[in-house]
Amino acid sequence: MSRALPLAIFLALVGLFGFGIWWNQRHDPREVPSPLIGKPAPAFDLPVLGDPARRVSKAAMLGKPYLLNVFASWCFACRDEHPVLMAEAQRLGIALVGYNYKDDPADAQRWLAQFGNPYGLILADRDGRTAIDFGVYGAPETFLIDAQGVIRYKRIGALTPQVLAEQIEPRVRALSGGAP
Amino acid sequence: MNPTRKRRMTLVLLILGAVGVAAALTVYALQQNMNYLLTPSQVLAGQGAGYKTFRLGGMVKTGSVRRDAHSLTVDFTVTDGDHDLPVEYTGILPDLFRENQAVIATGHMDGARFVATEVLAKHDENYMPKELAAAMAKAHAKHHVGTPDPGPGTRQESAPAPSP
Amino acid sequence: MIPELGQLALILALLLALAQCALPLLGAWRGNAALMAVARPAAAGQAVFVALAFSVLAYAFLGFDFSVAYVADNANLALPWYYRFVAVWGAHEGSLLLWILILNFWTVAFAARSRHLPEPFAARALGVLGFVSVGFLLFILLTSNPFTRLLPMPADGADLNPLLQDPGMISHPPMLYMGYVGFSIAFAMAIAGLLGGELDNAWVRWSRPWTNVAWGFLTLGIVIGSWWAYAELGWGGWWFWDPVENASFMPWLVGAALIHAQAVTEKRGTLRAWTLLLAIFAFALSLLGTFLVRSGVLTSVHAFASDPRRGIFILGFLTAVVGGSLLIYALRAPKVAAGKAFATLSRETLILIANLMLVASAAMVLLGTLYPLIGEALNLGRISVGPPYFGFLFMLLMAPALFLLPFGPFARWGRADAGELARVLRIAAIAAVALGGTLGFLAWRGAHEFRALLGWVAAVWVLAGVIAYARKRWREAPAGRRYPAELLGMLLAHAGIGVFVAGALLTTALSVERDVRLAPGESVRVGGFDFRYDGVREVKGPNWLAQQGTVSVFDHGRPVTVLHPQKRTYERGQVQTEAAIRPGAVRDLYVALGEPLGDGGAWALRVYDKPFVRWIWAGGLLMMVGGFVAAADRRFRAKRAPQPAPAAATPAPVPAESAA
Repeated sequence: MSRALPLAIFLALVGLFGFGIWWNQRHDPREVPSPLIGKPAPAFDLPVLGDPARRVSKAAMLGKPYLLNVFASWCFACRDEHPVLMAEAQRLGIALVGYNYKDDPADAQRWLAQFGNPYGLILADRDGRTAIDFGVYGAPETFLIDAQGVIRYKRIGALTPQVLAEQIEPRVRALSGGAP
Repeated sequence: MNPTRKRRMTLVLLILGAVGVAAALTVYALQQNMNYLLTPSQVLAGQGAGYKTFRLGGMVKTGSVRRDAHSLTVDFTVTDGDHDLPVEYTGILPDLFRENQAVIATGHMDGARFVATEVLAKHDENYMPKELAAAMAKAHAKHHVGTPDPGPGTRQESAPAPSP
Repeated sequence: MIPELGQLALILALLLALAQCALPLLGAWRGNAALMAVARPAAAGQAVFVALAFSVLAYAFLGFDFSVAYVADNANLALPWYYRFVAVWGAHEGSLLLWILILNFWTVAFAARSRHLPEPFAARALGVLGFVSVGFLLFILLTSNPFTRLLPMPADGADLNPLLQDPGMISHPPMLYMGYVGFSIAFAMAIAGLLGGELDNAWVRWSRPWTNVAWGFLTLGIVIGSWWAYAELGWGGWWFWDPVENASFMPWLVGAALIHAQAVTEKRGTLRAWTLLLAIFAFALSLLGTFLVRSGVLTSVHAFASDPRRGIFILGFLTAVVGGSLLIYALRAPKVAAGKAFATLSRETLILIANLMLVASAAMVLLGTLYPLIGEALNLGRISVGPPYFGFLFMLLMAPALFLLPFGPFARWGRADAGELARVLRIAAIAAVALGGTLGFLAWRGAHEFRALLGWVAAVWVLAGVIAYARKRWREAPAGRRYPAELLGMLLAHAGIGVFVAGALLTTALSVERDVRLAPGESVRVGGFDFRYDGVREVKGPNWLAQQGTVSVFDHGRPVTVLHPQKRTYERGQVQTEAAIRPGAVRDLYVALGEPLGDGGAWALRVYDKPFVRWIWAGGLLMMVGGFVAAADRRFRAKRAPQPAPAAATPAPVPAESAA
């Protein structure tokens, strides 16, 4: 009996670690519950990457839901995230808007040429000013914004196929189902 | 058999007693030294009220850092995107302290401001503000570059180095 | 093509590890000598392939092969060659490869030196080592391949974290891993003994030097790490109780307990089950450290989980190895337990108390380290435990062990002579109070501090006990046999504890730390010294540009030294503080640059006076030397024909002969 005690304690520890791993996958530990969720996205008016003369405002985006993906050429995690966007963006059935954050336009375009461009439209926020209104901490981050311009979901950190399938797809489906 | 048994009983009792004392002291020490990590929103919602000291986590608001010209006192604002909290700190800021960059400050509330006794700048290999992006690559830092960690110090998680 | 060669080598090593694991265990079970004979060649072949894979990775770093993702992430063109080599273990994948390389080193050493052991026992132990190796090779191949290609190949790589660009990085990880992995030998022998259902005292004796050496390396690794943190981080602290440090400290504590328990088991045949359990714990904690550091579980509150597959894999492996061995222990331990009875007042009891204190400390550290995780599990919010928790409990737990330390060597096995112990108590107490008190009273430059006094008293207490025992041996033992290596090692290690205690308590009590704002020409007085700041200029290194300050230090107007702290900016913009230190036997003077303040050339500076800080590491090094010296004892050398142990192992009249 007493000889099995170490084993019992160890198994309890394993349970704790298993919980830790499970928790990490479930709850993004960095997830700061964004106060913006459920509120209208901040107003913005940003130039389009590669065509600075053209500007896009929040008002122009109303009417259809879209996924706003914050990325930058200097961001390593974005490089990891990029193949996921390349492979899955089409399938989601929602407009994917790039948000080029604190980046040199030439760098960003070279980066996209190298890794591919999954975005229908890319907004450039070179000095990161508008990003402050969005509460952007860094890159990558992703916002789901509905047709009324309300933020429905925010992801801090890289998207993975799992996050797309479990967190984003159901919400996208609800949006297009609820308000077609 | 009997004397052995008796001795064993004494030993077991002694060990049990020691375990009890140790457990009590451990619980006491844990309670004294537990640190909660709160965001400005949580603090403003009153969650920090119960603690003598706690850790405040968030981003340094751009343009908020003010150095006193004649001392080591710094004021800055920590934000979680929704609410802001003014922070005061006297001392030397870590190398990785930047505006628009995550920090964790340990300290207490003094009225409406948070007085920090320790400020740790935070970085993360997978999620980083621009200035640190290249730096951290996948290399894990050896101790303290200032990551806020469960630990006191501030090291970054991983030190490949001392990892087993 | 070459990186693929490295990967191929790892795959071949895995196959050999499988053979080294499965066949000898099967052979030992069935009594098949041919199968058992596979163990040694398989181990040797595996080591060759792992070494090849390691060389391939090193070659890729030295040759700037940025098509390898791991190289591109951890080195760039500006990095000097020695740091490119060090970068091999600068991050997760490569350090894992180093772990495996060192495991193979220990395995080969064991295979080569274990021929005198009964074949089934050696075969089982090698099989266990093979199992560990299989796990780690699978881990690296499935989740952490260092040879993954990055296409298209970048023109230049990222940078090795500047913190790691330090001489400490060259020696710290290998030494630490030598320690961690070294415990695998005692572990493998314990499991082999449990599987075989017998544990000859000769084998316990033979396993002792392995534990001592592993523990010595671990001590060295921790000392280097502590010194590195002190010198490199610009904070002047030497121990932070952060999870990574704790991960190395727990096996150290249990390893120290194991060294003593093995001595008891070898000499007296008793405490066997406990020794086995400690052998399992020591290695289990090494593995646990790997898990904690690499799975992302612990930093979960603050960092993204790394690849969750890694965490799951290590957890599964940890469960298999540790759970499996504890299961075997639960089933088989009664079979090997036996031994001589001992009185309440005996060396065995003293060692047992010290053991319990060490293990309790390790448990306390584990609890504090895992507390954030427990907090999450119990939904308490995001919590962590501060250093005072660790410091308070550690002092409390170690105090009785320190108090009993001088008695240990004097106490006889079986039944100690109370009168003699009382005499020791008198000598040590008088010395501690008189000398320690005096020193404490004369305390450095007039600073009177309770902890400083305590530090002196405790240190003199321990050292007086050590000296008293050395004197006793000198008087009573025949010339030439006064200080056998094992006993000498024990004395050195115990003296190391005394020196360490003095250093730790005195530094904590007497350090003066000031953060100040200084304009050029201004001075600050810290610890009786005047630090004059003479301005900052720019200097250039191989891959960095630094602001270098000049600080002249004076002792009552007499120049002592000139310090040059730096604030370096590396090519990629990372900023790194390089403290400037004037080392000394009784005090370090320590200056680090903070940040520029205003236009007048003023800077924020950290100015520290750190008395006796070097004693901490000196004590650690003494402990390490003690471990190595004890391992060199002639008694531990393998004898061709193992004698029936108890008779040989219980040396005659002189009661004290152990490194316990």
